[in-house]
Amino acid sequence: MLASLGLILLCQLIGEAVVRGLGLPLPGPVLGLLLLLVLLLARDRFALLACGPLRNAGVETASKGLLAHLSLLFVPAGVGVVQKLDLLASHGIAIVLVLALSVIVTLLATVLTFRLVSRLLRQQDAR
Amino acid sequence: MKDNPFSLWVYLSQSPLLWLTVTLLVYATTDAVSLATRRHPLANPVLHAMWIIGAFLLMTGTSYTTYFAGAQFVHFLLGPATVALAVPLYENRKRVVTSIVPMLVALLAGSVTAVVSVVLLAELAGLPRDVVLSLAPKSVTAGVAMGIAESMHADPSLTAVAVILTGIMGAIIVTPLMDRTGITDYRARGFAAGLAAHGIGTARAFQVDEIAGVFSGIAMSLNALVTSFLVPLAVTLLVR
Repeated sequence: MLASLGLILLCQLIGEAVVRGLGLPLPGPVLGLLLLLVLLLARDRFALLACGPLRNAGVETASKGLLAHLSLLFVPAGVGVVQKLDLLASHGIAIVLVLALSVIVTLLATVLTFRLVSRLLRQQDAR
Repeated sequence: MKDNPFSLWVYLSQSPLLWLTVTLLVYATTDAVSLATRRHPLANPVLHAMWIIGAFLLMTGTSYTTYFAGAQFVHFLLGPATVALAVPLYENRKRVVTSIVPMLVALLAGSVTAVVSVVLLAELAGLPRDVVLSLAPKSVTAGVAMGIAESMHADPSLTAVAVILTGIMGAIIVTPLMDRTGITDYRARGFAAGLAAHGIGTARAFQVDEIAGVFSGIAMSLNALVTSFLVPLAVTLLVR
């Protein structure tokens, strides 16, 4: 468990270091995600890597533990709303409406595009 | 100490322990309520934990900085949790590879819609320029969105609030909205949830369906990438 958590942090650390070092415009943890994914895929190919947290679903269990309470992690940033009460008093209704409309439009645009493209592909396969 | 309970409060209210405990216990309660209502969208645990803790801070006159000194231990885990998304992605890699094309097209359509719609609507509503800039990256996960806001000299703390509000509204609305459109493909539904409502949408998607959760996680990570490029571009084109 401890080693698995260490491996997750190490992936993030390397991600952050590379992003900062090379000035890449992507978030460090996203690069860390790619790194862990590559490690997991490499483990299936090379038996040598299957040790420590990469053995017996160690890192898998730790990751699922973290993801089980993903919502909790947003609470501290969300409470930050108390700092913005004056802004919300003056523009709150407009801001909430703008965000609500935008999220609905975005959900629909994404899901419909996904459906449309996968349907087109299936038709092409059938032909 | 015994004859002055106030000094005990003064001590505790300044220590990280109290606020970390409050964060965990309030969330544990709102999450239990959410479970008891069989994950009803309106019983969103983040939404209710947020206002309960916020009200508690206002009532006790505690500053957000003091609160955050304790809550930062939870906030910190956002990064490792993003890395951890590699595991569901790895376990479902075959399904992901077979839907790579619809995913990438939907990613592009969705992230452009997310940024353009919020900028245009905010301008239409006559919001001040710095507010418009701060709202622009609202569909990506908190840490990334705040970084984008910083690079545009907008207000990162307002961006954080916009991100959380977007996430909560997306998580509440996604299930009823998708049910109404009649789309039963959980890959598409999850992907939309993660793209529009980042981690809070992903947490919601995992509650509904494992595959939806996986696709939501992918959408969230990919959108973080695309939006980092898109927001500065959209802002120069669209903001007066």
